[in-house]
Amino acid sequence: MNNTILELFYVAAAAGFILALKWMSSPVTARRGVLAGEIGMLLAVVGTLLRHEVVTYEWIALAFIVGAAIGAPLAYLMPMTAVSQRTAVSQACGALASALIGTAEFYREVPSRGTMVALTLETLLGFLTVTASLVAFGKLQELLPSRPIVFKGQNFLNLSILALAVILGVMMILSPDQRWIFPIFAFVAVLFGILFIIPIGGADMPTVIALLNSYAGLSASAMGFALNNKLLIVAGALDGSSGFILSVIMCRAMNRSFTNVLFGAFGQLQTSAAQAEQRPYRSASPEEAAEILSNARSVIVIPGYGMAVAQAQHKLREMFDTLTKRGVDVRFAIHPVAGRMPGHMNVLLAEADIPYDKLIEMEEINSDFELTDVALVIGANDVVNPAARTDPNSPIAGMPILNADRSRTVMVIKRGMSPGFAGIDNDLYYMNKTLMLFGDAKSFLAGIVKELGAARA
Amino acid sequence: MPNLETALFVFMLAAFLGFELIRRVSPLLHTPLMSLTNAIAAISVVGAILISGEKEASTLSRVLGFIAVVAATVNAVSGYLITDRMLKMFKKRDGAER
Repeated sequence: MNNTILELFYVAAAAGFILALKWMSSPVTARRGVLAGEIGMLLAVVGTLLRHEVVTYEWIALAFIVGAAIGAPLAYLMPMTAVSQRTAVSQACGALASALIGTAEFYREVPSRGTMVALTLETLLGFLTVTASLVAFGKLQELLPSRPIVFKGQNFLNLSILALAVILGVMMILSPDQRWIFPIFAFVAVLFGILFIIPIGGADMPTVIALLNSYAGLSASAMGFALNNKLLIVAGALDGSSGFILSVIMCRAMNRSFTNVLFGAFGQLQTSAAQAEQRPYRSASPEEAAEILSNARSVIVIPGYGMAVAQAQHKLREMFDTLTKRGVDVRFAIHPVAGRMPGHMNVLLAEADIPYDKLIEMEEINSDFELTDVALVIGANDVVNPAARTDPNSPIAGMPILNADRSRTVMVIKRGMSPGFAGIDNDLYYMNKTLMLFGDAKSFLAGIVKELGAARA
Repeated sequence: MPNLETALFVFMLAAFLGFELIRRVSPLLHTPLMSLTNAIAAISVVGAILISGEKEASTLSRVLGFIAVVAATVNAVSGYLITDRMLKMFKKRDGAER
């Protein structure tokens, strides 16, 4: 078919992607958005297959089958607690594709200087995103330690390696016919991907995954420049800006800068002897907790990743149902960085059939805590630590937190008194109005649900 | 690389459009949003097809192109399917009333 007509396929595909993002703005239209995105991708693929320079189909068909056979189970079998891992793997695949295409382009013929600029960016971002995503996957899956891995002179080493990659890149751009540089350049990019991610802790993965998402998009966009393909430029730019915004949102929600997230090695075990003396706290049984909850008029639940680790979502929903039936107003306060990727908590609670209009974001719900009878914290810690507001020397100083401490009663389901990821003690636990509910979140909630049921019968 | 100026224009406009669109997405849907944009990044499949389907492609191009098509397909297929799977779970109470 005529390539000019096929360009129209690309225009329509770009429109599909734009509509996909537009419709994501509301849960009502979001599924339509996915459909628009799928149609866009289909048009892009068909429009490419029909181009006259594409003549061999067997291998492409086989590759589609293999890719779909891996991708579909990945989408359907991945538990929702592990969506962040899937995103990391998928990102590694996307980045691998664009890095390899850049490599193939480079070896096809000696590129012009302009093309070489695009190819250099494409392969640099592509290769580093591949390994960085894989290391992020390893940390999220806990195959690698999720605490930051640090050593002396690390930031210096990382910056030198990045500088080396940039120098090699510039050398390639200046003389694209120096073929020997490319393999070294690719190796340095791969190495940098690994080194730059290992000092970043597990709790910072949401930011990093979003940032890598942005890199993968920019790599695809650079490929668009190299191949003079505007669809690639548009789709890559959309992805690039999306990942960038999300990582900025994450940073802001932690009151930290990009530099601090990337080079701060946040969340190292604080080994200092600052172990505070044993302070008194109050604890309660499931029976007492159920009693308090059933006498409350309003309850705000604050879930953290610990809730998901304990697989307590479904018990939580049972409690939500029982309390709601009794006329208690139960809502959920979602901190932007709760979970392992942006918005993770919402997906986990939605999976447990909790209606999404009860999932309230931090800014909207924070002023309601003062009028709330019970704040129930489940598996969250740093996001409710009042030290962020009161102690300017705390590592989390200035981080926006959920004001659980301002509600009339606070209950915290927790395994023990150990500090959270940031390794800081939490004053919330020692307040007079706080009750510690010690135990596994799932079985404790089961206990509460049982008591609530018994009280009614 | 012809039309550098046009290409830069397209990039600039798309990036700003992306900022405006993403800013409007509620934090409620940030995880599906990320899966979706991740799937859209699989657009590199276009480049992969062009590289591996060429008539005169070298063995190196064919091999790299093949791997690239597989990887991009994994990215696209799993990205779109899991986004839809997640969005299906977002319900309001009225619909779920039993």
